[in-house]
Amino acid sequence: MSAKLYLYPLWLRVWHAFNALFFLVLLITGISMQYSSPDLPIVPFELAVASHNIAGIGIVIAYVLFLLAMMFSPNKKHYKIQFKGLIGRLTKQIQYYVFGVFKKQEPPFPTTEAMKFNPLQQVTYVAVLFVLFPILAITGIALFFPELIVNNVFGVGGTLLTALLHASAGFVVSMFLFIHLYFATMGATFTSNFKSIVSGFHEAH
Amino acid sequence: MKKLKRSLFLSVFCLAILPYSLLAQQNEKCLSCHGEVFYQYENEWTGQMDKRPMNPFYHVDSTKMHLSVHKSFACIDCHSPEYETFPHSGELRMEEKYACIDCHGGDDDYAKYNFEGIEAEFQESVHYKANDEKFNCWMCHDPHGYQLALRENGPIKDVVSLSNDMCLSCHANKFQYGLLSDDDPKAIEDIHAWLPNQRNHFNKVRCIDCHTKVQDDILVSHKILPKAEALRSCVDCHSANSVLMESLYAHRVEESRAQSGFFNATILNEGYMIGANRNKTLNVVSIVLFGLMIFGLMIHFILRLILLKKK
Repeated sequence: MSAKLYLYPLWLRVWHAFNALFFLVLLITGISMQYSSPDLPIVPFELAVASHNIAGIGIVIAYVLFLLAMMFSPNKKHYKIQFKGLIGRLTKQIQYYVFGVFKKQEPPFPTTEAMKFNPLQQVTYVAVLFVLFPILAITGIALFFPELIVNNVFGVGGTLLTALLHASAGFVVSMFLFIHLYFATMGATFTSNFKSIVSGFHEAH
Repeated sequence: MKKLKRSLFLSVFCLAILPYSLLAQQNEKCLSCHGEVFYQYENEWTGQMDKRPMNPFYHVDSTKMHLSVHKSFACIDCHSPEYETFPHSGELRMEEKYACIDCHGGDDDYAKYNFEGIEAEFQESVHYKANDEKFNCWMCHDPHGYQLALRENGPIKDVVSLSNDMCLSCHANKFQYGLLSDDDPKAIEDIHAWLPNQRNHFNKVRCIDCHTKVQDDILVSHKILPKAEALRSCVDCHSANSVLMESLYAHRVEESRAQSGFFNATILNEGYMIGANRNKTLNVVSIVLFGLMIFGLMIHFILRLILLKKK
């Protein structure tokens, strides 16, 4: 039996669950609206619009609460990137995923209480949570109030640009979701990381 | 020689503007009363100058008139010359008015507008069917201020506003509506309460885009449908085959196709519609990236299964 670390406090697990739920709704309804067709609706258009709006508001509120909780929690230390030697650490982690994992090598940056993310995870989470998510939230809110958007940007409609940025950022975050889910299978066992985000205890390799 | 040239130029100039100045003079007389909010006349019975408010239904906005498609007409080209005497004879109100087809029908110069088709469609419209000949062209089109909207290259929001103002001139005005109905018009916002983002739709889409049946040979459909037959399905517009491509954006689409091929997003720059503004390049890029990612993850997963089992 490997050692267990309590890495995911209750507030974080609750946020993660709501975030996952809202994001799934946003993803499915977003695809349905983007490819809406009178003949083959994944979700009926009116329902897709209403659900996307509600889930969008929900995920933004959850995000704001997550940021507030982070401010008063030691959890924020995990998101502080040490840029010195970052490239080397990222290379090491990528080499592990591409080769080391098949040779049953030990992870180069094992999960500890001091640092629960490996360098690749850390950079990805920071990019998703603090770059892509704000882009999605700001463009999403702007599309709620299109009258606030600049009408014309160098001859292209401002609303169209906002929508393209929203859809593109949404696409990248959706790719992250799939990669996130796959890498979650690479814990101590196939399902241990999924259990961790429910129980809060991380099972080390 | 210089003097001769100047005189010649002045003569040509005067001859060129003569028809317009004569027209302006002719119309000036009518507009001195009908172009004003108040009009004045000498009362022969009392010998005093009387000032009266102009009936808003008989008021003509002279600025709009000079910008309209009918700006080169004298009032008496369409109205009886007897209107030149004041007070106007009471019998003149019985005068039969011209309809669009009376001037524009069978004229090759106007063939592209297909007035005959418009007339046929109009007679199929719910307005005509409910009111017969009491409902004429002028109920919607102001002959004194009519401007081409869709065929001009102005912004779509101006086209929408001009078009919707025609409908609202009756449907949001109980005095105009009352000419044909004993009821008050129902509040537009209330009868469209089901429509999400109502204000946005009203500002960006014409009433007729949902309330008419699109016909290929007419740019602006005139067959106004009964309310039960109006479009209510969101995806009729919010899809790659948006009906707006055949109605509101039809003219621009045709021009764009003729000039530089056809791009959804370019045409719809002015109005974003979920489901209709798909950028084909981004679609392809996203599908390729997504495919590569799934392929990569699957290879990784299979290798994990095979190699780790061996050890």
